[in-house]
Amino acid sequence: MTSTDLIVALPEIFLAVMGMALLMVGVFARGNPSRLVNYLAVISFAIAGILAVATFDGSQSAFGGLFRVDSFGLFMKLLVLLGSALTLIVSQDFIEREQMARFEYGVLFVFATLGMMMMISAGDLISLYLGLELQSLCLYVIAAFRRDTARSSEAGLKYFVLGALSSGLFLYGASMVYGFAGTTSFAGLATEFAGEGGPAVGLIVGIVFIAAALAFKVSAVPFHMWTPDVYEGAPTPVTAFFAVAPKIAAIALFTRVLIEPFGDLVAQWQQIIVVTSILSMALGAFAALVQTNIKRLMAYSSIGHVGYALVGLAAGSQDGVRGLIVYMSIYLAMNVGTFACILCMRVNGRAVEGIRDLAGLSKTNPMMALVLAIFMFSMAGIPPLAGFFGKLFVFQAALEAELYTLAVIGVLTSVVAAFYYLRIIKLMYFDDPVEKLDRPIGRDMVVVLGATGLFTTLFFVFPALILDPAAQAARSLFAG
Amino acid sequence: MNNFPVLSLITFLPLVGAAMIFVMVQGKDPEDIARRSRWMALFTSGITFLISLVLWIDFDRSTADFQFVETMTWFPGLNISYHMGVDGISVLFVLLSTFLTPICILASWESIKDRVKEYMIAFLILETMMVGMFSALDFVLFYVFFEGVLIPMFIIIGVWGHGERRVYAAFKFFLYTLLGSVLMLLALLVLYLQAGTTDIPTLMQTPLASSLQIWLWLAMFASFAVKIPMWPVHTWLPDAHVQAPTAGSVILAGVLLKMGGYGFLRFSIPILPEATETLTPLIYVLSAVAIVYTSLVALAQPNMKKLIAYSSIAHMGFVTIGMFTLTMAGVTGSIVQMLSHGIVSAALFLCVGVVYDRLHTLEISRYGGLVHNMPKYAAVFMVFMLASVGLPGTSGFVGEFMILIGTFQVNTWVAVFAATGLILGAAYMLYLYRRVVFGKLTKDDVKAMPDLNARELAIFVPMILIVIWLGIYPSSFTDITDASVINLIENYQQALADADGVDVAAQ
Repeated sequence: MTSTDLIVALPEIFLAVMGMALLMVGVFARGNPSRLVNYLAVISFAIAGILAVATFDGSQSAFGGLFRVDSFGLFMKLLVLLGSALTLIVSQDFIEREQMARFEYGVLFVFATLGMMMMISAGDLISLYLGLELQSLCLYVIAAFRRDTARSSEAGLKYFVLGALSSGLFLYGASMVYGFAGTTSFAGLATEFAGEGGPAVGLIVGIVFIAAALAFKVSAVPFHMWTPDVYEGAPTPVTAFFAVAPKIAAIALFTRVLIEPFGDLVAQWQQIIVVTSILSMALGAFAALVQTNIKRLMAYSSIGHVGYALVGLAAGSQDGVRGLIVYMSIYLAMNVGTFACILCMRVNGRAVEGIRDLAGLSKTNPMMALVLAIFMFSMAGIPPLAGFFGKLFVFQAALEAELYTLAVIGVLTSVVAAFYYLRIIKLMYFDDPVEKLDRPIGRDMVVVLGATGLFTTLFFVFPALILDPAAQAARSLFAG
Repeated sequence: MNNFPVLSLITFLPLVGAAMIFVMVQGKDPEDIARRSRWMALFTSGITFLISLVLWIDFDRSTADFQFVETMTWFPGLNISYHMGVDGISVLFVLLSTFLTPICILASWESIKDRVKEYMIAFLILETMMVGMFSALDFVLFYVFFEGVLIPMFIIIGVWGHGERRVYAAFKFFLYTLLGSVLMLLALLVLYLQAGTTDIPTLMQTPLASSLQIWLWLAMFASFAVKIPMWPVHTWLPDAHVQAPTAGSVILAGVLLKMGGYGFLRFSIPILPEATETLTPLIYVLSAVAIVYTSLVALAQPNMKKLIAYSSIAHMGFVTIGMFTLTMAGVTGSIVQMLSHGIVSAALFLCVGVVYDRLHTLEISRYGGLVHNMPKYAAVFMVFMLASVGLPGTSGFVGEFMILIGTFQVNTWVAVFAATGLILGAAYMLYLYRRVVFGKLTKDDVKAMPDLNARELAIFVPMILIVIWLGIYPSSFTDITDASVINLIENYQQALADADGVDVAAQ
């Protein structure tokens, strides 16, 4: 270990130190330090982001190849940090209102985010597993954060049991890979596979297990079963967090594992990803049609979105990864915004989650209805909103890789999915209000909604802002 | 003057107006907000129309090149750019859009009372999308505008529509169009991968394998056929028309249907000539069926708007037949017919709107004898009814006549079916007119209906003038289209000849 190793991992080290410091603050501060801890956590995320950019100096490996920093990792880490920070900001009012404002909330966010950053930067199956577990353990706890309600506890337990199963799958797959390849480092695996005749059967089995475990983490069909229940049961701000940061981190991890060590086995894993992608898009579209709970609807919607992101990964090309990165950036903005709207849904101080509760919103709160309508049109992929461009680039990559069936099924499911997004707009604009949602919605919310709404609307004016760094990030993944 | 971005100005001025209404029109008094929104929307769209007249005046009629061209980087390094420009085919549609928007706003002056501010914003956004679509010279840019139209139109039908089934109609409109469009999106991406750019003038020069052309053609056909609409994917149109507010129907019939026809002229024919040649019989058959079938359906309609909606499908059948004859007369005729239909059907929907505002029903049987108490209305309605029938001296005659000439040169049987449509067209329009305007004035509530007021006359007079101008002296319009149409046909013949040459060489 050298001092350069420490500098390369500085953002992560900083976040780890801050996590522990915040724990101390929480324990020793007087009164309820929840608000203080959460603000400090947001600031830590910001500083970690700045550190990540400042210490970035091209692609570098540290700790003997266990830890890897490149443009791809940097971009995804910034997305994760942004997602964590934004969801923590929109959480504050909600957790105070619902009497769940304990300081551990922010601390768990910090450690979970640290785990995600480790995952993204992993250069070895072992360090990958460490990051994955750090993240997952924190998430299990946050899911059950309202331990006095049955639904939240159930969500946490369900997540834990199935998460443990997927971790088991991952370890099993990793051990198979190690057994047949003799190394766990990504670089070593990559050289192992380069230029050989055909991989051993045991390796393929290992890859299948690893892919299954990662598909579980990104909640791709057929490993999605936990998602609707956990999304519905967990407290709403936690659901918002689940839908954004861990998902981006898991997608980044998925991409890195498949492209870096197993990049030469595209032919082997491409079919797995194509099938998962098609199933995710189809299930996300059809199952969401009948939902009445908006959090459950968003769970299916996120399964569908993962399907679209996987279209980019299935292409297995630089353009595909670029599409995927653009897709996830836009996904972040749309989802944070949508969940901010869901967090604003209360009637007489009580949080509501029914889709019907949005009826007539355009009359009672026109601005919020407008912003939510923008997110819905964007998620449906209607130009000129951002969501369209996300789809554009992943489908371009799919067609380039000659995955015509995937592309055709993809666009057709997007039409089906458009139906339930339109249903929400229909409720808000065409129907009459039943119950009036409470106002005001809070200043933090207005800022977050305004920022994400503007990004979604105006993405088409300055697409290069996301596209150029995304292209660079994709290039860095294929360079090494 | 050459470098002045006049097209961008026309495209985005309405959007600026919408933003200004959104930001500036605030207050407690809903009456005041409504009044100011109306005036600002009218002002913006009026100015936009006046600026768009620059296109008419400065347009160089001697060349087929794109004019008023603007290029800007949009997606750096990807060869997708912000590229605007018009030629003889598109410039008149831009003018049609800018002409109809202020008319729509005037037509909604009194009939829209609820959420006026949002209504005006939606219409101005819609104008931006329409104008942008006709002037886009980049396929992605085109697609963005083409699809973007759905958002305001969905809201307009769903929120201000006056039927009970407005939600159903709005969804049907949106999903039908989206289903077609996403397939075009794939075609767009395949073209992009083949040519490395989405620049339309470059795409027109790119030769493509004929087997690929067929697939691309069908994918684009899915989109344009729904939009125009062609039988059997036309069923969204009658629903959307009946449920939409008057101005929504006007824009739908006046401009949105033309987007499909424009798409065929801009993409299918010049970019995919071989597939066009192969699949022209398909177009002929579907169009001929559409003309006869929808005319018969129109004859049986008890609902005024539905009748005119079905007549639109029949008229669009003429348009598709005409453009796919790829003769000078046929293509020019189809463009003239689209313009004429843009004005005439828009005016017919406005005529329906006038009586709907007074009696709040679309049932034909609820009216009768209007000539006695609404003589001005009867006269106006007659002009547009006859134009729709295709009476010589009106715009409808010119387009239909040219299309029939073009069709006879290519395929007599198709021409026979198309001509049948003319007779049926006369039948259902005259029958409609007789039931609504003539007869005895017996019903009390119909007796109480006042004649056209000044605002309504102000809407109709310019439209009548254009209908007669286009009918008596079509040259001032065809002068604009001629060079581009000749170019289109020559390039098409050339591409086919080249393809044959390649085939012969291959053997």
